[in-house]
Amino acid sequence: MIWPDVVSQLFGDATSVGADGDFLSGSAVLDGQTITVVGTTHHASIGYALALRQAAVVLDTVAQHPGRPILLLIDTQGQQLRRHDELLGINRAMAHLGCCIDLARRQGHRVIGLVYDQALSGGFITTGLIADACYALPDAEIRVMRIPAMARVTKLPVARLTALSLTNPVFAPGVENYVRMGGVRGLWGTTDQPDLAAGLRMALADADTADTRAADGRARGGRLMAADVAQQVRAAA
Amino acid sequence: MNTALSYAECSARERIAALFDAGSFHEWLAPSARVMSPHLAQLGVPAAFDDGVAVGRALLGGHPVFVAAQEGEFMGGGVGEVHGAKLVGLFQRALHDQPEAVLLLAESGGVRLHEANAGLIAVSEVMRALLDVRNAGIPVIVLVGGRNGCFGGMGIVARCADHLVISDIGRLAMSGPEVIEASHGVEEFDARDRALVWRTTGGKHRYLLGDADQIVADEVPAFRDAAIRALGASQPLALAGLQAEHRMLAQRLADGVGAEDAVDLWQHIGVQNAAQVPDLNAAQVRELRHPQEAAT
Repeated sequence: MIWPDVVSQLFGDATSVGADGDFLSGSAVLDGQTITVVGTTHHASIGYALALRQAAVVLDTVAQHPGRPILLLIDTQGQQLRRHDELLGINRAMAHLGCCIDLARRQGHRVIGLVYDQALSGGFITTGLIADACYALPDAEIRVMRIPAMARVTKLPVARLTALSLTNPVFAPGVENYVRMGGVRGLWGTTDQPDLAAGLRMALADADTADTRAADGRARGGRLMAADVAQQVRAAA
Repeated sequence: MNTALSYAECSARERIAALFDAGSFHEWLAPSARVMSPHLAQLGVPAAFDDGVAVGRALLGGHPVFVAAQEGEFMGGGVGEVHGAKLVGLFQRALHDQPEAVLLLAESGGVRLHEANAGLIAVSEVMRALLDVRNAGIPVIVLVGGRNGCFGGMGIVARCADHLVISDIGRLAMSGPEVIEASHGVEEFDARDRALVWRTTGGKHRYLLGDADQIVADEVPAFRDAAIRALGASQPLALAGLQAEHRMLAQRLADGVGAEDAVDLWQHIGVQNAAQVPDLNAAQVRELRHPQEAAT
């Protein structure tokens, strides 16, 4: 789904969200509650500068509008693969964005991620994956790396990885797998519940700000060891 | 003659043994427990009894601390489901047991691609668990000096910590040069140009920019001394601090306009004799950032 449709289904006309290149920002109103909206579009490649632009919106919301919820709209092909970004320290810019979102959460802002198109690794890890909770649209895609690149790095055959990606939740890009593994809390706009605004309303009402992803992954059968291993470390003699 | 133990050449467990007070390390989920990756067998890839990370408690100069050390020789230190969960469990335990610090001896390419989605979620869980500890006022101290560097998601995790120590031969970045070269060609980043790789991602560059708090020689005792100095370096996140960080990063973006190479950027930020930096040792690079200390 394209971002103007997402925003209009969520907020109708009650929104000032606009795009500047790959960058999205603005505010919107749901049930009388103003919400900060920030994110990316056009499968943005997230470089140093785009990470900072997003961080600025989050920081400004914390400084100017205490408690205002923040919705992260995610569509990214991953981190920008350029030497200049590495020279500047793209990892620090990404960490800064993640720390700003983390600060917002701790100061009582509800932070919700929505993967409305695609999400890849580095562009996702300090946005949706560090929010209070991340949701996705049913036809969105989430993956770590495209299969040819993954095959090159792991030295595993493309055919084998392709076959695994059809059946194995660890490799498959579909968002249902991320729900099963606990990485995504739920889907908005499903056949059962097509109303996106209802999804956001429920997400904002859900007061659980703890990281429940490992427990969710175990309960949903998609990621069986993470919660138990962490528990074993906590309890070990 | 220099006979000090090379940090880069040590395994994760050798680093722990030499860095912390002798015999003080007590490991949780040791290799004998055989808590292993559930995903590698289906790929025909050998698993490790510790999934490539050792976690436990130890003493550092008599101070009780927690420690995690990633083993770069196992899958490049990549974070899989179990590896990540061990780190998360350690941070969660720190909130309860209140050690004086958590030391993360990071050596990792980031997400373990063999565990793809599970690895990505795991790294993000590590990040959140680390920030919980940092915000509880327990300093998280990251040491970077392994041969594999600290890349990908772990490069981000490292920059979420309170304090970062790097060696002159350590590397800290996001995407590896090979990945950038594969994506945009050898003209963008020649991964075989070792000097270029170190100028762009290496410890001296990271220290001169301020991405590392301390730079040390590639010696385990030097890392130990730096880690002891960092005890008490707690910096919980607050709005003012992140606003200052933002201004600094924005200034760096402006400083970097037109900088083709690290040397250009060093010159721009006022590093003396920038072209000579690659030939300097860790102590000499330290003096460049803190010229006032050189006289003392």
